[in-house]
Amino acid sequence: MKFNIVVKRVLFLAAIIGLWQLVFSINVFADVVFPSPGKVWTALYEGFTQGDFVKALGASFKHLFAGLFMAILLGTIVGVILGKSKQADETAGMYLIALQSIPSIVWVPLAIMLFGFTEFAVVFVVVLGGTFVMALNVRSAIHNVPPHFVRAARTMGTSGFGLFYRVEVPASIPYFMSGVRLSWAFSWRALMAGELLSNGPGLGYSLRYAQDYARMDQVIAIIIIIGLIGAIVDQLVFSKLEKNVMKRWGLVK
Amino acid sequence: MFLELNHVGKTFTDEEKQSSFEVFSDIDINVSENEFVSILGPSGCGKSTLLSMIAGLESATSGSILLQEKEIKQAGRERGMVFQQPSLFPWLNVRDNITFPLKGIMSKKEANERADHYLKMVHLSRFKNSFIYELSGGMQQRVAIARALAMDPKVLLMDEPFGALDEQTRHILQDELIKIWQETQKTILFVTHSIQEAIKLSDRVIVMGTRPGRVISDFKVDIPRPRKREDQVVIEHEKKVMDLLEGEIKKVLEEELSNEIQYSR
Repeated sequence: MKFNIVVKRVLFLAAIIGLWQLVFSINVFADVVFPSPGKVWTALYEGFTQGDFVKALGASFKHLFAGLFMAILLGTIVGVILGKSKQADETAGMYLIALQSIPSIVWVPLAIMLFGFTEFAVVFVVVLGGTFVMALNVRSAIHNVPPHFVRAARTMGTSGFGLFYRVEVPASIPYFMSGVRLSWAFSWRALMAGELLSNGPGLGYSLRYAQDYARMDQVIAIIIIIGLIGAIVDQLVFSKLEKNVMKRWGLVK
Repeated sequence: MFLELNHVGKTFTDEEKQSSFEVFSDIDINVSENEFVSILGPSGCGKSTLLSMIAGLESATSGSILLQEKEIKQAGRERGMVFQQPSLFPWLNVRDNITFPLKGIMSKKEANERADHYLKMVHLSRFKNSFIYELSGGMQQRVAIARALAMDPKVLLMDEPFGALDEQTRHILQDELIKIWQETQKTILFVTHSIQEAIKLSDRVIVMGTRPGRVISDFKVDIPRPRKREDQVVIEHEKKVMDLLEGEIKKVLEEELSNEIQYSR
């Protein structure tokens, strides 16, 4: 990253924190509902040193990875079936779009009724949050395999299953990667929705717990953690992966 | 005959619209071994479709296509094809692209040796570990030629392989192709819409007309190689083909214009 971009970003952040401190200092809101930046920083610091946030983060990541893994797996299977079979696509494709448009928090009551206040209920919501978007992307991936690749492969004596796994699968990887990235983003949102209404442990649960005890400093601290993790994972992991794949596949110069 | 097209016809039918379109019918072409034959024609004459049918990517609606007395029913390694787009696989490096069709029919070591041999032939040995996006269009097309040759096909089918390249690169690759042809003694069927390209490269030129697609001329080009564009004989040949095609091109234009008039009414 260029130095002046870093400078711009740091200055912007400093301005926001300055404004925050200013609003706090002139006492617009009561201290209970509007903590100072310093207090939030302390909450963050204590949360990590005393281990509460670390434990919550650990639990959240456990739910996330279990759910995301299942979502990618299921989404890929469903996507391949819909992508390869016109029959299946005509029958079920529409419903997949309908399911995808349901916000994941809607699944929470269902999950709680089915599985009670368990961690499995949270994972279930995460799976539902990530599967449909993954399936839709894998379906597009298969539909968008360039026909000239398939024609070229056929003239080289490739057909049937060989054509699928030696040409269609690797040709699908750019869309597959976009699917994984979106699936992660949707799962992360679903995770927070699920945990917020769960009985813990997890970052979402800690957030509600802090709210119940009117610890606004902790609430804001956790919101910051959630946003930060979302940005870091997206930028450091998925954006980079996607960019590399796109470059290699000749989709960007 | 080595490659035989007997009364070959192709009709595309659109089942939804219940309409059909006859691209061509009753095409008879014979090609002998080691011959370099160009199929030349205006767009829409079905020359690419014809080549796809020989490749086995499309089926003939009528007639039959025989290679060494055996009917062609599907695509196969004994007919290598080079498309206008290089169609190389970006997830493989240059060498793995060339060994792609060899997997399962020979050991990895043999396949690599063979790839290296053909990479040398197209002067790309230095790039064997490169990825496709690192190569220029002309280089990619040379890899595609090496890939087709590495299967050791009986016929090399080329569908406007240099059509997307710039003039300079095209001339270089044409010269290279002639050298490769002389070295490998392959039978080549070369589809193009460029009269110059057809005259420069081939032993024989088949000129196709359009609507309906048909063969309007089939003649030998007896000019010693290397051929120079400014040679009088070359120019005479080009002129002859130009005269043949003039009527066809006019026909296409007139039809398009009359469509235009119908629409504007």
